[in-house]
Amino acid sequence: MSEAVAITHPTGLHARPAVKLTMLAKTFPVPVELALAAEGPWIDAKSVVKVMGLKAPCGAVLHVRAADPAAVAALVDLVRRGFDDGAG
Amino acid sequence: MARAEVRGVPAAPGIAIGTVARLGAVTARRRVAGAPAQEAAALVFAISAAIGELTALAGATGSDAAGIVEFQVAMLQDPALRAPALDAIAAFVPADAAWAEALARQVADYEAAEDAYFRARAADLRDLAQRVLRHLGAATALPEVPPGAILLAEDLTPSLFLQSDWRGGGIALAAGSPASHVAMLARARGVPMVVGLGMVEATAGEAAVLDGGAGLLLLGPDDADRSRLAAPPAPDRSALLHRPAVTAAGRKVAVLLNVSDPGELDELDPAMCDGVGLVRTELLFAAGPPDEDTQVRAYRRFLDWAGGRPVTIRTLDAGGDKPVPGLSVAGEADPFLGQRGLRLSLARPEVFTVQLRALVRAAAHGTLHIMLPMVTVPEELQAARALLAEAAADIGRPAPPLGIMVEVPAAALAIGRFDAAFFAIGTNDLVQYVTASARDIAAVAPLADPRNPAVLRLIAEVAVHGARTGREVSVCGDAAGDPALVPLLLDAGIARLSMAPNAVGEVKAAIAAHGREGTMP
Repeated sequence: MSEAVAITHPTGLHARPAVKLTMLAKTFPVPVELALAAEGPWIDAKSVVKVMGLKAPCGAVLHVRAADPAAVAALVDLVRRGFDDGAG
Repeated sequence: MARAEVRGVPAAPGIAIGTVARLGAVTARRRVAGAPAQEAAALVFAISAAIGELTALAGATGSDAAGIVEFQVAMLQDPALRAPALDAIAAFVPADAAWAEALARQVADYEAAEDAYFRARAADLRDLAQRVLRHLGAATALPEVPPGAILLAEDLTPSLFLQSDWRGGGIALAAGSPASHVAMLARARGVPMVVGLGMVEATAGEAAVLDGGAGLLLLGPDDADRSRLAAPPAPDRSALLHRPAVTAAGRKVAVLLNVSDPGELDELDPAMCDGVGLVRTELLFAAGPPDEDTQVRAYRRFLDWAGGRPVTIRTLDAGGDKPVPGLSVAGEADPFLGQRGLRLSLARPEVFTVQLRALVRAAAHGTLHIMLPMVTVPEELQAARALLAEAAADIGRPAPPLGIMVEVPAAALAIGRFDAAFFAIGTNDLVQYVTASARDIAAVAPLADPRNPAVLRLIAEVAVHGARTGREVSVCGDAAGDPALVPLLLDAGIARLSMAPNAVGEVKAAIAAHGREGTMP
C-alpha cells in the first residue's frame, strides 16, 4: 500500500529530517520506499544517501509505500508532524 | 667543517647547494595499494575510523553541530554511499582514488541542486571525503617544494616530483630506494638525489649541500665544504648533441632515450637521438590500470614527439620495486624474484590485453615497437604474442614488432631459444640477477658491478646472436648512460644505447672518443 503526504518542514526532506525518517524506516523489517510521484521512481527509505538524493523541498509531495500499512502510517505521520523539529 | 654529515645511498648523481625544505610525514607518505580485497578492507576500516571520530565529536559539541555530525555519521554508515567506491575497487582502482571519485560525484550532484539547503550539503560531503581519505593515509593536497631547495622528506611521490621545479635543487629522503620511479626520474632530469638517510635533524631554511653521487648530505657547510664539493663546470657538449654518434673508428652507434613520462620530452629536440629505446609505462599505471583510450593518448604523445623515429614501449613492468596499486602482489618475501613484469601481465590477461590493444591502436601514428620485460622462457613470449595477435585481429590493424628485454640470466644464456623481433638488454636487472646482489640493498652495491666479466660476456653473446640472426640488440640499463661503461659495451659489440636524456651529450662524447687510441677496431 502507499500514501502521499506534503512536506511542510521549511528545509524540505533535508539532513536532519532525512536521518530521522531513515531511522524510523529501519525499525520496520519490510522494505519501505519513497518517491516524488505516484509512478516512481521509488527509492529505499532506509538509505539516507538515497533519501537525500530525492532533494525533496518544502511543499513537495512525498509518496510512501510498504507491504506493512503500519510502516506507511508511521512515516506519513512523521512528515506531517514536521519531523518533530520546530526550527529547521 | 659542516655541522653534520649524513650518509645515505646514492640515487641520482650531481651536487646541489641550497637550503633545506621539509615535507611533513603525512603529505609525503606514499600509499601503496594492495589487491582489491585489501583495498576494500582498507576503505571499510577508514570509514569506521571516521565514524568513530565523528561520534566522539558529536558528544563534545552542542546540539546544533551534533545534528550535522549525526547526519554525516548516517551518510557514512549507509552502504549506498560506499557502494560506487567498492565497485571501482573491484575493478582495481585503489581505495583512496575510488573513494575520492565516488564522493566527488556526490558533491557535484549536491552542488547542482536547485534548493539552497541541498546545495549547502556539498560541504558536508567534501568534509566526509577528506576525513576518510585522511584515515586511508592519502595525501589530501600536494604541497609545494620551493624552487632550488634541497627537499628533505620521508619519501616522495612521482606526482610531486613531476609538478616541482628542481633546477638547482636536490632530493634527500629518509626512506626511498635508488630503484624507485622518483629516482629514475631524478636521474633522467639530472636532479641530485640521495635515499636511505634515516632520521635527519635539520630545520627548514638551514644551508645544506647534497652530493647525489656520493650519497652524502652536509648540513651547515662552510666555504671549504662548498668549494670542495662544487661541481666542476660541465664540458660543453652542445656541438655533439645533434650529430649522429660515430666512434673514432667510424662505427655508427644508435643513441636512444629512456623515458617514463611524456613531460620529460617537452623541452627536448628529437634530433638529439635516433629514437626512444625504452618507454616505461609504470607511471601511467601509478593510480591503477588506466582505460584503453587513456593509454592510446599517452603512447601517442611519445610517437608524436619522435616524429617517425622508432619508439619502443615496454609493457607494464610492475612488481619488484615498482608496485602498481590493485595489480602487483604485495608482501612477496623477495619481490625481485616474484611475480613481476611479464609474469604479472600474463597472470592478469584482462589488464594486459587492454595495454596491448592500446599499443596496437597507437602504432597507427608512428613507428612503435613493443617490448616485454622479465621474459624467462620462450613460452612467455609465445603467450604474449598470441594475446597481441588476438588484439590486432580484433582491431583490424597489424601487430607491431614484439621484442624482449634480456635481463633474466635464463634468457641471456639461452638467447637462441627466443624468436623475438629484437633484444634489449636491461643491465640493471641482469647485473642484479647475475651477481645475486639486490638493487636496493646498499651493502651489496659494490658487487652489483656491470663490469663483472660474467655480465659483459652475456652482453657480448647476445650481441653476437643478434648480429648473426639479423636482430637489433640494444642496452637500456643505467650502464648505457654511463660514459665510463660505454666503451665496454661498444667492445662487447653493442651498437644501440638507450639512456636518460641528460646523459646523451656525455655518451656521444665517449662514443666519439672510442677507438681513438686504437684499442679496438
